[in-house]
Amino acid sequence: MINELFFMNGYGAYVISAFSFTLLSFVILYIVIKIQFVKEQKKFLTKYGSLNSEKAISAKSQRINKEILANATNN
Amino acid sequence: MLKIFQPNKIFRITSKAPKYVLFLFIVVLSVGLTEALILSPEDYKQSDAVRIMYVHVPSAWISLGIFSSIAFLSISGFIFKNNNFFLISKSLAPSGFVFNIIALVTGAIWGKPTWGTWWVWDARITSMLILALFYVMYLISWRIYENEEKVFKISTFITIIGIINVPIIKYSVDWWNTLHQPASINIFSKSSIHSSMLFPLIIMTAAFALFSLLIFLMKYNTELIKIKNKGLDRL
Repeated sequence: MINELFFMNGYGAYVISAFSFTLLSFVILYIVIKIQFVKEQKKFLTKYGSLNSEKAISAKSQRINKEILANATNN
Repeated sequence: MLKIFQPNKIFRITSKAPKYVLFLFIVVLSVGLTEALILSPEDYKQSDAVRIMYVHVPSAWISLGIFSSIAFLSISGFIFKNNNFFLISKSLAPSGFVFNIIALVTGAIWGKPTWGTWWVWDARITSMLILALFYVMYLISWRIYENEEKVFKISTFITIIGIINVPIIKYSVDWWNTLHQPASINIFSKSSIHSSMLFPLIIMTAAFALFSLLIFLMKYNTELIKIKNKGLDRL
């Protein structure tokens, strides 16, 4: 059954390589975008951490900044 | 009406959505792979090589759909003076480009056992390659230009020229003699593909659409945080 699944009447190499290339592309794209996201999130936390209390309160008053901070601390 | 597209309003949703979309994508992809590789029948002419269709065709559809959306959003961004449309377009491009490459590579792999060659310069393949070049130009334009106004203009110009290529890709099989067969699936008339093959194709298309949504959401969130990082610098 397994041999049949991979052999596919002699077309197995073509079919498996097409599916593997697709799934590998997905994994690479996901990892690249995730790395970019985490990098920006870390940059945000560092910058926010270096603000004085007055500026930090002002920054936190914005809804998006509050969400970014909440998400970053949850991750 | 356009206020609902403001980042402040949608970030709450876009920041939480990726984990749910990822879960849904894995479920739909698992069903799609089982259907495509095990349950769907082989073709009477192409035998099991036909299974490549389940990754090749959805990739081509989604890369075309994404490029059309990018062009539409970029033009709308200019008309309505809404910068968020440009941000959405920019976030859509990476997955569109990757799907375009997948369509080209899996097409080459499918071509070898069915046509006896990896590549031919026929109208459909060449126009898909041209689309990949437009994606590259679009992505590069965002990397090389710092000035916001300039990058909006140049990226929109690229998409306006590139969108001319989309109907050429669609109708290339009707306008020229190519190795590609005419469309098997029609929205407005009866499809010539059997339901046992149409079902896995639809499932795989849904899985790929979910993946492009996932990448879009992650990229869009990254771009918004990037903008907010610049905002913190100005405080």
